[in-house]
Amino acid sequence: MFGKLTLADIPFDQPIIIGAGGFMGLVVLAVLGAITYFKKWGYIYHEWLTSVDHKKIGAMYIMVALVMLLRGFSDAIMMRTQQAMAHDGLPGYLPPHHYDQIFTAHGTIMIFFMAMPFMIGLMNIAVPLQIGARDVAFPFLNSFSFWLTFVGAILVNVSLVIGEFGQTGWLAYPPLSELKFSPGVGVDYYIWSLQLTGLGTLLTGINFFVTIVKMRAPGMTWMRMPIFTWTIFCTAILIMAAFPILTVTFGMLSLDRYLGMHFFTNELGGNQMMYVNLIWAWGHPEVYILILPAFGVFSEVTPTFSQKRLFGYKAMVLATVAITFLSFVVWLHHFFTMGAGANVNAFFGITTMLISIPTGVKIFNWLFTMYKGRIQFTSMMWWTVGFMITFVIGGMTGVMLAIPGSDWVLHNSLFLIAHFHNVIIGGVLFGYMAGLTYWFPKAFGFKLNEKWGNASFWFWLVGFYVAFMPLYALGFMGMTRRMNHYDNPDWTPYLQVAALGALLVLCGILSTVIQLVVSIRNRNLPEYQDVTGDPWNGRTLEWSTSSPPPFYNFAIIPEVHELDAFNEVKKRGHEARAVPTYSDIHMPRNTPAGFAMALLAGVMGFALIWHIWWLVALMFVSIIGTFIVRSCNDDIDYYVPAEEVARIEGLHRARVASLEMTHVA
Amino acid sequence: MRMKRWPGKRAPGLGGVMATLAMLPLAGCKYSILDPKGSVGLQEKNLILISTLAMLLIIVPVIIMTVVIAWRYRASNEKARFEPDWGHSVKIELFCWGIPSVIILFLAVLTWNTTHALDPYRPLADGKKPITIEVVAQDWKWMFIYPEQGIATINEVAFPEGTPVDFRITSDSVMNAFFIPELGSMIYAMAGMTTQINLIADQQGTFPGMSAMYSGRGFSDMRFNAIATTPEKFQAWVENARKSPAVLTAADYPKVAAPEEKAPVRYFSKVEPDLFQQIIAKYLGKAVSFNSGMKE
Repeated sequence: MFGKLTLADIPFDQPIIIGAGGFMGLVVLAVLGAITYFKKWGYIYHEWLTSVDHKKIGAMYIMVALVMLLRGFSDAIMMRTQQAMAHDGLPGYLPPHHYDQIFTAHGTIMIFFMAMPFMIGLMNIAVPLQIGARDVAFPFLNSFSFWLTFVGAILVNVSLVIGEFGQTGWLAYPPLSELKFSPGVGVDYYIWSLQLTGLGTLLTGINFFVTIVKMRAPGMTWMRMPIFTWTIFCTAILIMAAFPILTVTFGMLSLDRYLGMHFFTNELGGNQMMYVNLIWAWGHPEVYILILPAFGVFSEVTPTFSQKRLFGYKAMVLATVAITFLSFVVWLHHFFTMGAGANVNAFFGITTMLISIPTGVKIFNWLFTMYKGRIQFTSMMWWTVGFMITFVIGGMTGVMLAIPGSDWVLHNSLFLIAHFHNVIIGGVLFGYMAGLTYWFPKAFGFKLNEKWGNASFWFWLVGFYVAFMPLYALGFMGMTRRMNHYDNPDWTPYLQVAALGALLVLCGILSTVIQLVVSIRNRNLPEYQDVTGDPWNGRTLEWSTSSPPPFYNFAIIPEVHELDAFNEVKKRGHEARAVPTYSDIHMPRNTPAGFAMALLAGVMGFALIWHIWWLVALMFVSIIGTFIVRSCNDDIDYYVPAEEVARIEGLHRARVASLEMTHVA
Repeated sequence: MRMKRWPGKRAPGLGGVMATLAMLPLAGCKYSILDPKGSVGLQEKNLILISTLAMLLIIVPVIIMTVVIAWRYRASNEKARFEPDWGHSVKIELFCWGIPSVIILFLAVLTWNTTHALDPYRPLADGKKPITIEVVAQDWKWMFIYPEQGIATINEVAFPEGTPVDFRITSDSVMNAFFIPELGSMIYAMAGMTTQINLIADQQGTFPGMSAMYSGRGFSDMRFNAIATTPEKFQAWVENARKSPAVLTAADYPKVAAPEEKAPVRYFSKVEPDLFQQIIAKYLGKAVSFNSGMKE
């Protein structure tokens, strides 16, 4: 009836796990209770669960990302405490079975359920607005994508309490991840949660590729596209090319585990090296899927707050495209130690270094954007400057690892760990935090508190250096990654300093939480309100509409005549002041189908993990059935009458006018 | 260009701290990678230092420029030039693409040469006849087989100083990485395959060795000692092993290879000839049944 699932799969004897699981359960209950108490179920259902509005979907992605950041960071601080404690024969407080799940979950969660949703959330909020579109190309697909990521995240968290998570490292290298060496359900949780979110990501890639190709405002040629949109365009291409590899690779691993096949086993012609090649053929482009949008954010933030045009727009586009192509010819640098020939290793070492040329160009371009500017040091600019200084160090250590001769002694060491946290925290995270602060008023109509934003930046910056510089040193001391305990007394002080760094990062995360709470509480105060829709004196189209934008984004689709379209309009003065004539607007209808299908897919994933075959079949049929029902529904769109548009726009204009009056008074 | 005057006038940025961090280890001996005991490790240390210095040539100025430009063009500094529509300069663009390209060209040549020179498969050009040691990664211990001496050990390996060692490596379990930090390069150990690494110890000592690739529950204790010693003492070590009552036959092997955590050092006075080849061959065998992978 329940497949492999029994009551014994809930680890009641593990106080840490049960405590964490109980806490999460209480939070979920409190949220559900609050929704019921405030009678918000209708609101949640109509405005969020069934929404196909890219702005709301974007906001939900970011909410998932922030919640999963807390989860992933709990894992991080547990690892740092364990390694600070488990020296000289002491076992620490986490036995290998638990510790190995934690480092596996930390990597998986931070990449798939923190960074990816954060990035996709930002692009959902900003891209359609930047290109002057009313929504993405496939709004229903967008909703389905989000909910797939959501149920994937739920599955990972369920594994905390019911059963276990993988103990394989975040890429689940076989043969360790094969049934012979990992007979539990941990790897199955890993596979199915990532298959769900991976499918969602792939669909998002297709969606945004089509959106950017087909739905740009009239006049927005390729070379008039904002840089952030350019980076998302390249990201979408990378997603479409890379994510199918991930899906197929996990598919083959599942065939090994479920049907006794031998793609990657030790025996019968299985080839573990093929898995490693395949997973990195996805994994390296994935790194650029994460960093390119962050580069895009910096390319928006720097000109805005330097109050100046971006230096070298064409070079920036060229560099982005070059990185996109190069990212597919470097994957082998993740395993120079596998024994490939010298020509192969040298080739992949050199292609890897080539990437630092376009990346270096980008850094210079941001520098020269600030040069001869008037830099306003908002928290977003701090994130940017902090990024530029931190990222070049990470780039340098990256090139060190790209030289096979150096990698042969640094591979899999804590030097490697320090390197990729250097670029992922200093690059990806700093960029996304800047992006969140930058577009938050656009999405919600009020700004985030700057004091707590700055506090978050400084804690993250200092915390990063304190936590990871010792790890660089430990790499040179021969300490390898994923150690549960060790007996080299020289390492202990460094690991204790690193644990202190993790505490500082904790303060950074708490600052962000406080920042959100304070800002939401004060949202109606004038200094938080974004009445005009253009709080930063922005240069691109998203700032030309109100904050939050009406659900149709633009009452009249803007015409674009040059780069930085909105800045040029502002320079010419607001000639569009006269009340324009509106026409009916074609919009997609909300639908519960995306949420329903994803939820069914989530249950199917759970059933697959526990071998509850009847439930798998039932869910599969239900998903197909839901999809057929949805496909037979012709009532998927509607028109907003011109009078309604005029009314909404009139309200916005009245609000702006009243603000200008108070300023004059 | 004006910024040429800036470097040197300011305190070193974080790049400088990083540089100090990279140099500092040279003083102490706990930094095993930077205090190598063999020629392979020594060349790798030099490679790390040369490439780091080459990159610091660009990293340090960039960090200084970032700080200086950010400070100079802050909004409150009304004296600084403000050109909101300036966004292109061929000269600067050439500089932006040119400088990184030059550094990368240098590093690319360095990479091509050192990758070939340090190729783990390449026998060390020493003239001396190398000693061959076969290495088997097991759950969670290391087995060393000496085909010439006819002995085997668990979690301890010895060899004479100044003699090249030709390690032939495989795994009888999951993927691992064979690594003795003070001697240099690591390489993966994979079932059904042989990888190879040529190392040498130029001085005597006991160097910690490990698996540098997570391999499951007992991974943290999958450690061994590598003893580089005089030829005489090495001979004595071999003789000592030969006195061990334990022998390693093909029949006993599965018991010896069974999963074990914190395995103690063990010696085997005799070892089945071709055991290493047999361990590899068993993964190349024929299918037992469709479900064999699942039942194990």
